This record gives sequence, C-alpha cells and structure tokens, in this order.
Amino acid sequence: MTAAKLIRASALSIFRNKMRSFLTSLGIIIGVGSVIVMLAVGSGSQAQIKASISSMGTNLLMVMPPRGPREANRLSMADVGKLRSEASYLSAITGEVRLSSSKVVGGSGYWSTSVYGLEPDYLTIKGWPVESGAFFAEADLDKRAKVAVLGSTVAAELFPGEDPVGRSVRIGSTPFTIIGVLSSKGSTGTGTDQDDVVMVPLDTAVNRLMRDTSIQSIEMSVVAEELMDEAQAEVTAILRESHRLSEGDDADFSVMNQAEIIKTAAQTSQTLTTLLAAIAGVSLVVGGIGIMNIMLVSVTERTREIGIRMSVGARRRDILLQFLSESVILSLLGGLLGILLALGVSFVLDTFLNTPTLVSSAVIAASAGFAAAVGIFFGYYPARKAADLYPIDALRYE
Amino acid sequence: MAIIELRGIQRRYEIGDIVVRAIRGLDLDVEEGEFVAIMGPSGSGKSTLMNTLGCLDKPTEGTYVLDGLDTSAAGPDEFADIRNGKIGFVFQGFNLLSRTSALENVELPLFYDRSGSKADPRARAKAALTDVGLGDRLDHMPNQLSGGQQQRVAIARAMVNDPAFILADEPTGNLDTEMTLEVMSLFQQLNERGKTVVMVTHEPEVAAYTKRVITMRDGAIVSDAPVTERRRAAVDLDAWKKRHARIAVAEASP
Repeated sequence: MTAAKLIRASALSIFRNKMRSFLTSLGIIIGVGSVIVMLAVGSGSQAQIKASISSMGTNLLMVMPPRGPREANRLSMADVGKLRSEASYLSAITGEVRLSSSKVVGGSGYWSTSVYGLEPDYLTIKGWPVESGAFFAEADLDKRAKVAVLGSTVAAELFPGEDPVGRSVRIGSTPFTIIGVLSSKGSTGTGTDQDDVVMVPLDTAVNRLMRDTSIQSIEMSVVAEELMDEAQAEVTAILRESHRLSEGDDADFSVMNQAEIIKTAAQTSQTLTTLLAAIAGVSLVVGGIGIMNIMLVSVTERTREIGIRMSVGARRRDILLQFLSESVILSLLGGLLGILLALGVSFVLDTFLNTPTLVSSAVIAASAGFAAAVGIFFGYYPARKAADLYPIDALRYE
Repeated sequence: MAIIELRGIQRRYEIGDIVVRAIRGLDLDVEEGEFVAIMGPSGSGKSTLMNTLGCLDKPTEGTYVLDGLDTSAAGPDEFADIRNGKIGFVFQGFNLLSRTSALENVELPLFYDRSGSKADPRARAKAALTDVGLGDRLDHMPNQLSGGQQQRVAIARAMVNDPAFILADEPTGNLDTEMTLEVMSLFQQLNERGKTVVMVTHEPEVAAYTKRVITMRDGAIVSDAPVTERRRAAVDLDAWKKRHARIAVAEASP
C-alpha cells in the first residue's frame, strides 16, 4: 500500500463525515490559531518597543540608579561633570531629572505633563530639532535660568493657534519664560506621546523644582558604534571612581547600552507572551484529546470495516497507519485552518484594533509541525486499538 | 492438485476452566475445481472450520496446506497476505463498506496487494464487476443496490485478486428465493470456469447446487458425499421467474 493511496483513503473517510471532522479539528484550529496570535501579538509589541528605543537616540548609553529605594540613588551632577571631563568616547552627555504629572499653568489654562530637567546636549543625543525659538544653552544652566522649552502637544494645549515663544508659564509656583517649541516627534510604540513634555535646564530643575541634588539618569552618545563596549567600560570605571567603590564592591548604578535597554524593556512583554502562548498551547493539547476521543469512537463504530479490511488482506500495520494518518490529516487540516484563522485575526488586530502583530513563518511552520505531532501522539492509541482487533471478532461485531 | 489439505486439525478454546473442543481431529482435501458445501447444525464446528480455512484463525493442532503452502508457521502478517492473495471471502451479511461505491469496494483487496503483480486495479475491478453482471452499477453505493446485487459485488470483490478458492459463509442466508438462485447461478458459472468454491450453508436446497456435501457434527466430519442429483440454478431461476410471471398475470387479470 503506497503512501498516496493511504492518504487518499484517509482523506475519503474524513470527508465522508465533514461535520464531525470539522468539530473534531476545532480544538486544534483554536489551539493553533491562538498560539500563533499570542506569539504574533508578542513579537509585534516587541518589535514596536525595539523601534521606539532605537528612536531614542543613536549610539545611546544610559546610566541608571540601581533598582530599589529612591535613597539608594547616588547619581549626581558631579558624576555628569566628571564624565564630561574625563570620558574620551562620548560625543554628547546630559543628566536628566523628571517630574511626572506636573501642573503647568499659562496661556489658556493649565495642563498636566512631565517636566524634564536636561542639558543642551539632549537634543543632539535624540536628534530632535526645535520648531521655533531656541533650546537653552550652557549659560542658562549656569544661571539656573527660569526658561522652558515646550513639546508641541503642550504648546498646542496651552497656546492654541499662537506661537508661545516669549510667553510665560508657571510650573508649580515658579514662573518660566518660554524660549522655544520642539518639533513634533509623535508617540512611541507603546502609545506614549513624546511631545507631551516641558524641558527646563537641569540645574534649574534640580535647584528650583526638586530640592534634591540627585539626578535620575545620565544619557550619552558614543562617537561611533564600534566603540560602544569601550565607552561602556570607561563610563563604568569613571563612575566607580567617582562613587569611591573599591574593587569587588557592587556598583550602585548600571550602565546600559541600547541593546541592553531593548532587552530589559522587551523582557516583560516576552514573559507575558510566553505565558499566553503556553496557555494557548494547553488548548492545543485539549484539542488533541478531542481528536483521540473521536478516533476511539470511530474505531468502535468502524469495527466491522476493520474486520472487512483485515479479511481481504490488510495487515495490522495497514490498519494502524490508516487510523494514524486519519488523525494526522485531521490535526494537520485543523492546523492549517488554525493558521488561516490566526492570519485573519492578526490582520484584524493590526489593521483595525491598533495592536501591532508580527506573524513569523517559523512560528507557522512550528505550529503546523506541532499539530502533526499532536495527531500522531493522540492518534496512536486509537489506531493501535484498531490494529489489535482480532479479525474474526471484528467481522462479527454488530 | 489439492487446493486445501487439512491434516489432524484440532481447535480448542479455553474459556476460564472450561475447554471447548470445536474441532476434534479433522482431515480434509479439496481439489482444484471442486464446489463443496459444508453443512451441519450450529455448534457442529463448521464456523470454526470456516475460520481455519479462511486463515482467520489458527488451529491448535494439525497442518493446513493451502495451494501448496504450509500455513503452520505463518504469523498474522503472512495470514493477512494469504487472505489477500489466495482466498476470496463472501459473507452472509455481504460486508461491503458503506458509503463506498461498488467499484471501490471491489478494489479493496487490490489496495492491500503486496505482490505488486496486479497492475491497474481500476480496470481489474471494473472487469470483475462486469463479470458478475454489474457493469452498469459501478458507482452505486451499497444502499442503492438490492441484496442480490450487493452479494454479487461481494463476489466480484472475492474474485478480483484471482484467489486459489472462494470461501463463502452462508452467502444466501439473507436473500430471498430469486436472489438466492441468482447468486447460486453465479457461483456455478464461476465453478464451471474452474474456480474452486467452498461454501458453508445450512440449507439443503442450496447445497443441492454444489458438487460435494460435507456434513459436520460435534467437531468432526460425519459424512462426505458427492451430490448425485445436482441442480442447475440458472434453470431453476428461469422456472421460478416464469411461474412468478404467471402468478403476476393471474393476479392482474380480474
């Protein structure tokens, strides 16, 4: 008996019971479909995170305080100064402090936004041009000048239809003069509006708004991509010296390059994706049990057919292969429909529901393979039961 | 040449502590071209003999040489191959695959043919069906055929692999008189063309169409005699049809 004949015979008996076959493979359809969709949503959001972090700047290095209590943060303006004077691979550097949900009053009313204390290099690192007016300069930092640059969203909210340069806003109780408006950068992949910001000189923010000398992070641009590793090592060494850490002490800061930042950010979504895919995988196994159930029913129902086949010369192996190939074809068809379903759902999510999805061909191939494996695994027992029937008993079965 | 050679066949079943001796020492030879009826009351062992002859069951003791091939050492796979190549089964309940066309039913043994010598299964199956007079019913499903036609499909299936002999188990048990005569006439035709037929039946009228009647009782052969007054099924069928037509005419006229 050739493989082609075997597949044809199995396909015939599957299509003889269209409705039942469809319901049997429904478990696999849903299982395969949901695994692919979960993974597609996962890799879609990861691709988005990656893209948005890549847009954070070129050859970016970041120094962050250790995770834990705020008090453990020992990053200071002095660290920034030491890096600026000693590090040799950096083309730009800025310290950064952030006051989230600050109330900014001015123009037509008030607006709750994030206020950043930054240095002039920031725009270089981000490659972010000013739309009108100018960004603050070193001199503004030295003077702790009360000047502010608005993101385009804030400008539009507070000063609709006019140029806010020269006007003033109040942040908390401190009045600031607006010296510039940034060009629009759009939202990040995760939906955060990057233009919903107000930027003020770092020294001004630290001394006038925060009354806390520690800074939240340091961002740097390295002169060339090939020098990232050297730059990272050097920055670490300088900061260890600056923090008077002796050999073997744990660092009280972490220096991350862009790749590491992407990894950290992607980790959470990766974990979630894995979890969801695992849950979907369970439904695939349940689908497999459904196939086994129906195949067992089918073997009982077709006992006489098995007897007839044996009486005209089918070997046990022929019967085994016939039922096995039926369950494999059932689950493969289920897998195929599941893939189509997943492609459809992913397309709808991506196009109409604003959820990015990325269906990889590796995942499709893997789930088709897994569906076949499920068919073999859960089809073997019923097929074995069919093959082990005794021809006389099978022929007499009523 | 002997197609079937049974020597000292015994078959015992053990059901718990009870030993059932279904066949207790049986010798039998069937030559090529014979038409044998095996008769006997239920419990006489004729079904067990039938299973033994059909290589569906292995005797506890004794040897069975089929068409020159000793089956004593054969395992399940060899038994399957023997059933496929050397034996054509015809059952009481037809045993056709439902929702499968007559043609595909007849093709089934060729599907499992391992000798590779049977080229073009479709053409062979068509020829076999034409042979039993169903050349115009190739694509009919079993439920679209009468009992007699279904049994003829089964006979075509039994013939398609050109077996050493045809083994029929109460082939007319489910059929009315006309269909019985039809089927018996077909068996007689096949036999006249040289095919060996072994048939289990409990109807003496049916056995009268064969050439040799073996009677069993209590697991042994009690009589083995040639049929002296052999009837022709085709002739009986014609007579039956004429009588039936007369009755029908008589009923139709006021």
